[in-house]
Amino acid sequence: MPPAVKSPSSPETDRVFLPGARLLAVALSTGLMILCLLFGTAALWAYELPEDVSESLKSSKINDRQKAVDYLKEDYSEEAGRILEALRDGDLFLDRASGAFYIKEESAYLSLTDFQPVDAAGLELKTVGVNNRQRRDLVSILNSRSLKHPDARVRMAASRSLISEAAVDVALVRELKASESERRVVLNYEKILSAAALRNPETPPLERIAALNFLGQNLTPEAEELVRAEVKSDDPEVRAAASRALSLMEAKSSHLRLLETLFFGLSLGSVLVLIGLGLAITFGVMGVINMAHGEMVMLGAYSVWFLQRQLPGSPGLALLLAVPFSFLLAGAVGALIERGVIRHLYKRPLETLLATFGISLILQQTVRTYIASNNRPVVVPSFLSGQLQLTEHFSVTYSRLWIIVFCLAVFFLVYFVTRKTRMGLEVRAVTQNRDIARALGVNSSKVDCRTFILGSGVAGMAGVALSQLTNVGPNLGQQYIVDSFMVVVFGGVGNLWGTLIGGLILGMANMFLESVSGAMMAKILIFFGIILFIQRHPSGLFPQKGRAGAL
Amino acid sequence: MAVFDRSTRIFLLATALFALAVSLGSLPQGDLGVSRYAVTIFGKYLCFALLALSIDLVWGYMGVLSLGHGAFFALGAYAFGMYLMRQIGSQGVYVSELPDFMVFIGWESFPWYWRGTGNFLYALFLVFFAPGLLAFVFGWTAFRSRVSGVYFSIITQALTYALMLAFFLNNLGFGGNNGFTDFKSILGFDIHSEGMSLALFLLSALALMGCYLLCRWINVTRLGLALRAIRDNENRARFAGYRVERVKLFVFTLSAMMAGLAGALYVPQAGIINPNSFAPLFSIEMVICVALGGRGRLYGAVVGAFIVNYLRTLLTSFFPDAWLFVFGALFVVVTIFLPGGLAGLAEDVSRALWKRRESEISG
Repeated sequence: MPPAVKSPSSPETDRVFLPGARLLAVALSTGLMILCLLFGTAALWAYELPEDVSESLKSSKINDRQKAVDYLKEDYSEEAGRILEALRDGDLFLDRASGAFYIKEESAYLSLTDFQPVDAAGLELKTVGVNNRQRRDLVSILNSRSLKHPDARVRMAASRSLISEAAVDVALVRELKASESERRVVLNYEKILSAAALRNPETPPLERIAALNFLGQNLTPEAEELVRAEVKSDDPEVRAAASRALSLMEAKSSHLRLLETLFFGLSLGSVLVLIGLGLAITFGVMGVINMAHGEMVMLGAYSVWFLQRQLPGSPGLALLLAVPFSFLLAGAVGALIERGVIRHLYKRPLETLLATFGISLILQQTVRTYIASNNRPVVVPSFLSGQLQLTEHFSVTYSRLWIIVFCLAVFFLVYFVTRKTRMGLEVRAVTQNRDIARALGVNSSKVDCRTFILGSGVAGMAGVALSQLTNVGPNLGQQYIVDSFMVVVFGGVGNLWGTLIGGLILGMANMFLESVSGAMMAKILIFFGIILFIQRHPSGLFPQKGRAGAL
Repeated sequence: MAVFDRSTRIFLLATALFALAVSLGSLPQGDLGVSRYAVTIFGKYLCFALLALSIDLVWGYMGVLSLGHGAFFALGAYAFGMYLMRQIGSQGVYVSELPDFMVFIGWESFPWYWRGTGNFLYALFLVFFAPGLLAFVFGWTAFRSRVSGVYFSIITQALTYALMLAFFLNNLGFGGNNGFTDFKSILGFDIHSEGMSLALFLLSALALMGCYLLCRWINVTRLGLALRAIRDNENRARFAGYRVERVKLFVFTLSAMMAGLAGALYVPQAGIINPNSFAPLFSIEMVICVALGGRGRLYGAVVGAFIVNYLRTLLTSFFPDAWLFVFGALFVVVTIFLPGGLAGLAEDVSRALWKRRESEISG
């Protein structure tokens, strides 16, 4: 058991742990969102050439172009690269009337300032020519351009893509390696050289062995085929070196696979925690089985679809707005359910279960009849697509990463509410002993209603996250209802920490089993595992102590 | 209390009359308008009623709400379905002794658990044994560690859900998505003949009456008293010296076997069995049948099953969109306003009438 979990009720841990983590989560999320907005606007900046450079391009003497080539060579922006390419291919044009430049791409003419296509009719276009020597220079400049880029990450990516390249200019790579300062890029150059040595049939056995040893020690999946080919070499020593390198490589990539499974498990676990959390509140705190919980998740997912339809231009903003919106929507529906149905059924848990199941059917059919019976499209905004390259061979998708962050943020929000607010205090009082709490002046009926709103609202927020992972349709809730019950029961009813740890464990276990037995079988095994576990430990991983634990 | 009390006598008489009316009406000479299709539908209702009865036995009399009885029903159905698949023999599309789906996934012989399923008596044994064994093992671990109340309901739901996922797998050897279908014959008789559908209908009616009597008999013995003691206060029954776990386990297993029998009678009449019978929704539908009819009253379960399934047949064919609205509302209305179900309502009304008459006589 991790230390932070040891005493969820002791005030010290709460005080030390909570505000920091909460601030961190808030700061992280706002910071990242601002970053995303900045990246969105960056493309609007215009590109401008200095006066003398554009003069040299306009000049009728071809030799004057050298000045522009020398300037653009040092400018590593994407725009400069495109101008150089256009110059090399003869696709750069000058409008004699206005003195503005255009790049021909496919059949469109792009303006040099914003690289948007323009209407070419009425322009007096003239090719900006270069001589043969300049064209040769341009070719070699463009070839090594990304390898000379000031940003080390660009050099990393460019050098990595060269490892699997069959035709490499060995002399150029040696030269670049000598002037390279970034250690990891140097390593890539060495990999390129080793791979090139293996590809070359003339390489003597001793150099081959050295190259094999180097590749084996440094994980290079790109070169795996080359190493495998050397296992069939005639030279016994080369053969031995090759099989040694191969086994080293396999060991390393299995570590990476482990890391990847761990991360996938963490993100799946986060999803489980998110959908279980709302249930943990209503089930754990009120002892109420809300079978319509899955439909609250569904409503949250539909609110993303709804807002994205209302704001067609900005799916990302709609997604962010959907977080509070879904909370309010699901919370409002939850309030209706609590006031209309559940209130009449307290102390009859089995009947509550049936009634809420009926409500879940009604909600599903409402969506089917009044929205649509098939899935609704939900856009994944740009800041959630793409990958984050953590190390050379290990990258994580932003969507999965954000799910984890979102899950933790929601968890600590709920934790904060139940631990640090007046409402949370009353909720816990009612959980522990309803009658005594009432005797001390707590309005337990009001507390029940608020708790139910909180639980439903959190389920709605989980739906926002799910809308980015699965199809948004009327059956969304049903798919997850059994899972979320399993998380809550496994973690221990009435224990938020139990839900967090339980959900993460289940997510990991699922992913590890999946890599062995396949997705469906993993799920089945997990279910049977939980069923057996519950029968051994009926009150879950972290049972409640004292009277509150006795149901 | 005698086995044949008033409600039991009325129930048996009503069921027998119903069976007689349907079979007379379906006779070809009489031409009284009961089509073969209707006979099969009534037969299916009887199977659902039997399943509801088995749920009522554990929920109404023992206070254990199982949301996974559909699993026992489906296991019984699959067990008998195996026999029906073997009866097809080499009349399948692939003209092989193996069922088509096995040929399709490239199997060359029957797996071990299919061995002997061509034998009618062995298949009949499996119909009781498979669900019974599952219920015994599951109940043994659950009741021994005193999993009860909503926890038990939730893990029975997880059980049927996990089984549904498992039966969806193609290489489990039960036909995956499609399950078993295209049955041809039982004991050599054509399954599509009119005589066969009437026979299956009558068998279902007999099975329902038989199981009703069995439940009734359990209730008048000391076992029935122990059951109700457990329902009303499990701990007190335990402290009074009753082996609560054994009683619960026995009744739970028996109820699962009844559900299995219902499934076995259902398969040849429905002509298909697939993993959807393991879906949690099906099980909970059956529970609401019991709740609507009135739990703790055996005839209530049967009445509830007939009403719910009749409504379903009616609404899904005429107003398909309205069915889930009506069904969902039924859950809410029954749990809030009719805790005793329709049977409870009827009893309340008749009690009130009696009281008035008594006060009139005395006053």
